[in-house]
Amino acid sequence: MAATDKIGAVMVVGGGISGLQSALDLADSGFKVYLVEKQPSIGGAMAQLDKTFPTNDCAMCIMAPKLVATGRHHNIDLITNADIVKVDGQEGNFTVTGKQRALRVDASKCTGCGSCAQKCPIETTDEYNENTKVRKAIFVKYPQAVPLIYSIDPEKCIGCGICAEECKADAVEYDQKEKDFEIKVGSIIVSPGFDEFDARLKAEYGYGVYQNVVSSIEFERILSATGPHFGTVMRPSDGDIPEKIAFIQCVGSRDEKVGNEYCSGVCCMYSIKEAIIAKEHGGNIKPKIFFMDMRAFGKEFEEYYNRAKDEYGIEFVRSRVASVFEDPKTKNLILKYVEKGEPKEEEFGLVVLAVGLRPPEDAEALSKVMNFSLNDDGFCETGAFTPVSTSRPGVFVSGAFSSPKDIPMTVAEASGAAAKAASEIASARDTLVTKKEYPAEIDVSEQEPRIGVFVCHCGINIGGVVKVPSVAEYARSLPNVVYAEENLYTCSQDTQEKIKQMVKEHNLNRVVVASCTPRTHEPLFQNTIKEAGLNAYLFEMANIRDQCSWIHMHEPAAATKKAKDLVRMAVAKSRLLESLENLTINVNQQALVVGGGASGMVAALELAKQGVKVHLVEKEKELGGTLLKLHYLPSGDDPVEYVQSLAKEVASDPNITVYTGKKVKSIDGYVGNFKTTLESGEEMEHGTVIVAVGAQEYKPDGEYLYGKNPGVMTLLEFKDKLKKGEVKGDSYAFIQCVGSREEGHPNCSRVCCTGTMTAAIKVKEKDPDAKVFVLYRDIRTYGFREKYYKEAAEKGVTFIRFEDGTKPQVEDKGGKIEVRVTDEDTGKEVVLTPDNLVLAAGTRPSDGSEELAPMLKVPITKEGFFLEAHMKLRPVDFATEGVYVAGLAHGPKFLDECIGQGLATVSRAMTVLSKTTLEAEGIVAFLDETLCDGCGICVPTCEYKALEIVPDKKDEKKKTLDINVGLCKGCGACVGACPSGALTQMGFSDEQIVAMIDAALEDAAENQEVKQ
Amino acid sequence: MTEKHHTAHHGKKKAEADKEWEPKIVGFLCNWCSYAGADLCGVSRFQYPTNIRLVRVMCSTRVSPHIVLEVFEAGADGILIGGCHLNDCHYMTGNYHTEKRVNLMKRLLREAGVDEGRLRLEWVSASEGEKFSKVVTEFTEEIQKLGPSKIHTDDMMKAKVAAADDASETFRLKALVGKEFNLLSKGNAYGDKLDPEKLSGIIDVATEEEFERALILELARIRPISVKQLGMVMEVPTDRILRHIVLLRQNSMIAMEHPEGFTPLYKTIEIGGEQ
Repeated sequence: MAATDKIGAVMVVGGGISGLQSALDLADSGFKVYLVEKQPSIGGAMAQLDKTFPTNDCAMCIMAPKLVATGRHHNIDLITNADIVKVDGQEGNFTVTGKQRALRVDASKCTGCGSCAQKCPIETTDEYNENTKVRKAIFVKYPQAVPLIYSIDPEKCIGCGICAEECKADAVEYDQKEKDFEIKVGSIIVSPGFDEFDARLKAEYGYGVYQNVVSSIEFERILSATGPHFGTVMRPSDGDIPEKIAFIQCVGSRDEKVGNEYCSGVCCMYSIKEAIIAKEHGGNIKPKIFFMDMRAFGKEFEEYYNRAKDEYGIEFVRSRVASVFEDPKTKNLILKYVEKGEPKEEEFGLVVLAVGLRPPEDAEALSKVMNFSLNDDGFCETGAFTPVSTSRPGVFVSGAFSSPKDIPMTVAEASGAAAKAASEIASARDTLVTKKEYPAEIDVSEQEPRIGVFVCHCGINIGGVVKVPSVAEYARSLPNVVYAEENLYTCSQDTQEKIKQMVKEHNLNRVVVASCTPRTHEPLFQNTIKEAGLNAYLFEMANIRDQCSWIHMHEPAAATKKAKDLVRMAVAKSRLLESLENLTINVNQQALVVGGGASGMVAALELAKQGVKVHLVEKEKELGGTLLKLHYLPSGDDPVEYVQSLAKEVASDPNITVYTGKKVKSIDGYVGNFKTTLESGEEMEHGTVIVAVGAQEYKPDGEYLYGKNPGVMTLLEFKDKLKKGEVKGDSYAFIQCVGSREEGHPNCSRVCCTGTMTAAIKVKEKDPDAKVFVLYRDIRTYGFREKYYKEAAEKGVTFIRFEDGTKPQVEDKGGKIEVRVTDEDTGKEVVLTPDNLVLAAGTRPSDGSEELAPMLKVPITKEGFFLEAHMKLRPVDFATEGVYVAGLAHGPKFLDECIGQGLATVSRAMTVLSKTTLEAEGIVAFLDETLCDGCGICVPTCEYKALEIVPDKKDEKKKTLDINVGLCKGCGACVGACPSGALTQMGFSDEQIVAMIDAALEDAAENQEVKQ
Repeated sequence: MTEKHHTAHHGKKKAEADKEWEPKIVGFLCNWCSYAGADLCGVSRFQYPTNIRLVRVMCSTRVSPHIVLEVFEAGADGILIGGCHLNDCHYMTGNYHTEKRVNLMKRLLREAGVDEGRLRLEWVSASEGEKFSKVVTEFTEEIQKLGPSKIHTDDMMKAKVAAADDASETFRLKALVGKEFNLLSKGNAYGDKLDPEKLSGIIDVATEEEFERALILELARIRPISVKQLGMVMEVPTDRILRHIVLLRQNSMIAMEHPEGFTPLYKTIEIGGEQ
């Protein structure tokens, strides 16, 4: 192979939520992935979080499925406990050298049962719980860790040998050595995440000195149900529940003294979240948040902030706390601060420091090894138009490593980086991935059930409590069970072989495993029986560990009886199991992109690079969207030039067909098989849809003399005039939050503060003597944008804060504009007479969004923006498969964020378009047409829009239900809704569930006697 | 609170009662050396005070911390353990293990506030009859000086000794002390010989922690109790108590009562113990 040949594999460095998303996208679209993580397990910072804003979703609950999917994906190789040493080669063909530190446990043998850690006599503090709990010298990072492989902490282990003695799987290898690896990949994605700011550097807050001053991440663990106090909020000094909790914002952010001038972007929101959760955990707790500007800039963040104030009674104080002192007797803390010019003191039981985000400790080392640049703040350098590219071609970046950011932006970028990584090596797609081949399936439909039961000891996890031999013995006595055995570890490799062998020897046609949870282990056993020629759905599990032995540790007799009951239930269901078919759906490998702004064009071009034929529909005559009107970017880059070059590229790309000045009339079909008609009559077929219809600036008719006095204009109008040199006079006032953060439009428009800074700086650059005033409520220049706020202030822009609910008064005094505003800091009224009054008008959804949404069967928010499938982890997906959203259509955001999302939709779409067929779920809804009377009650229960009422083919007058199996995800919502019993959920039929219940309620002992 | 500290505060009445008191001492002697030494002492007619009651064991290493603490709980004022001289053990290395275990017992006695002088380990060979009489005489005098044990009269001390007993039975301490001799003499799983001081430090920490945890369980068995109350009674910083509580709750050994107000109370779960 020549050195320039493209390699169809990608290395992802860093296994947090960002790395997981990149890896899954790539592995699902035909690339081999090597996921390198420096810690022994993946999961990153998100795995430590209790809940996530603004939905208060449990972080682990939403993350665990992605962890499991990554760990089990046959095209993802996890290389944990490893560091990158060298990267040779160039884009498309890199050779990566690395070192995997010794785990001292044989990963192929360890089953994660945990017997070793139970007995290890060496205790140390647990980093996962921020040292609020204890772990052993042999450990996993957290119970849901992936891979679930124990490792020995070389610093702490004394080599006593007990873990090796305890391990029934012989997995402990004290003499395991560091391993070198050399891997060839086509692209690299770096996503090492961030570190928290070390609060000890802010000595005035007493962190590390006073016990009851904790960091926000420590508090996150304190709040967590898996944390030290099972979720009860307790303070470290004495375990008392603190009545008053103070949150101090911007610790290590927006702070020149500690060298971090940027805003960390997430702390305001996580503090609100932590305050809400603390309040939920203990109703008498009174949280108070001390902040400078409340930066609730994201989608529906402002509403969350409002709920915190109005519903939860959380107090907010606008002040930078000067210092914290401890009362040595009570260990309470006294905060000194100035509010509205008045010095104040207040006592709290606990202080939480909202620590900022720092580049990861090894950022510099990584940048040297990989040869890419860091920015002045030590994060990975990216460009205004290349948010996921590092300075080294072929090496991409995502997540907090390029700038502090929240989870949804990280996940979108992760997909975006995956798209760029894939484009580079699109020609090598499907060259290194493996496809599993299975033997032909045995038809068991006419056979009497012959059930095999495998009961697991799980080392001593089950066997130490439950009498496993007697459970196996009991299983043998059950009707239709022709074979039963016990295993030390049913999940071990040798047992898989044994299961296959027993299926053959005893002609088993159903397999039951009594062990741990199907949530992690069902796919493994299903795979095994498929290899033995059985349909995967002829498998059933009894959870006798997580839900039996582990919770009845002190009642072995009762636990054994329960285990028998659970096995009897599983066997009862398995008798009724049927082979299910995973329907395949053909995929049309073309794409439709609706909207020709930056997001849409970026998506179209990237799809085209990966060889996809794209239909790009834009309702305006010209491609370009909002960017054409923006004129200035804070970075100094020219947005118009950029968007015009994109348009040129789009026009000349043979894979892209552009339809300008045209609107979508209808979209029918489902994932892989859409059919779209334009109003002008053109028709097109495609497999996915990307919604990038943009947004528009609010026209504040009637507000602040807008439309009445020519000196009053919106921010975009002002920039247009500025560009054209049509601005008159030398005094300027900007009013922020016009049409945002108020009734009817409660959320923040995100971009206006920075947009105002850009304009104000431009004005000052042209005329340093110009008088510029910015009237604001909170300045929300988050992330690195903080520097534009600082620059504006340094250039002499005057900032005047007005209180929420007391808008500035604007009057026309004989053609002159007069602005009256009460400065919150001084309480005095200020009168301004600017020549130009610029209204930072909010962002509104694009016209036509409301018509497009129902065509795609996707929802929109009450403000009219498109609503994604999940606010945290599926930021560019819709619940409807094959439909994605990018850019302003999803909500207000900056250009780099739009580009990130545009690229993200490509990566998501390629998980469909890279295949010729898709495999549908096996567990789907099934309709008995003779019973359905077409009432349609089930239809709205389906989140995935898989149900539709259609005329009955046999009887035109009657109506019936049509189930699109390609869209059905098998939740069973419709089955529960059906009033006529016409719907069944395959694999969870009424008969099967009732059989389990009957078995559960049957008396075990009696049953046994009858058999004997 | 230490024992000495305790006696210093007692008045006259107590001193009078002490006059009539005679120390109760129990001795454990190994069959092969010290028991034989004691016999020789008799054969040679070396005299010693009458307070001691001797128990024969095959090897001194049979005497577990649990037995020693039980004997103290039962009312003994002093315990003597006699074994073969190092390298002379009939069972090769038994007395080395005895040494490690006695170290643990002393650590635990210190934790419980019992003067560690109440426990004595002596190597007495089968030919050291005279030495045996000297050892017993000296030890009896020493116990006389220490005065009667308060273990069964003082509730707090009773709880502390019970806690020391429970701690000695934990897998963690059994494992560390059980492996101590081999780890030092033969090397660990990596083939390294551990620094004795480092290992001793690790066992010290473990002993202290296991004792404190056991004491928390003892005290919270009596009635629901708060972290602050535990801190006061045990004279241990409350943040440290809280850390123990975190672990005990994780292991389902203690439960938080629904807090009234802002101070949670804890109660020991009675069905505890390893399977």
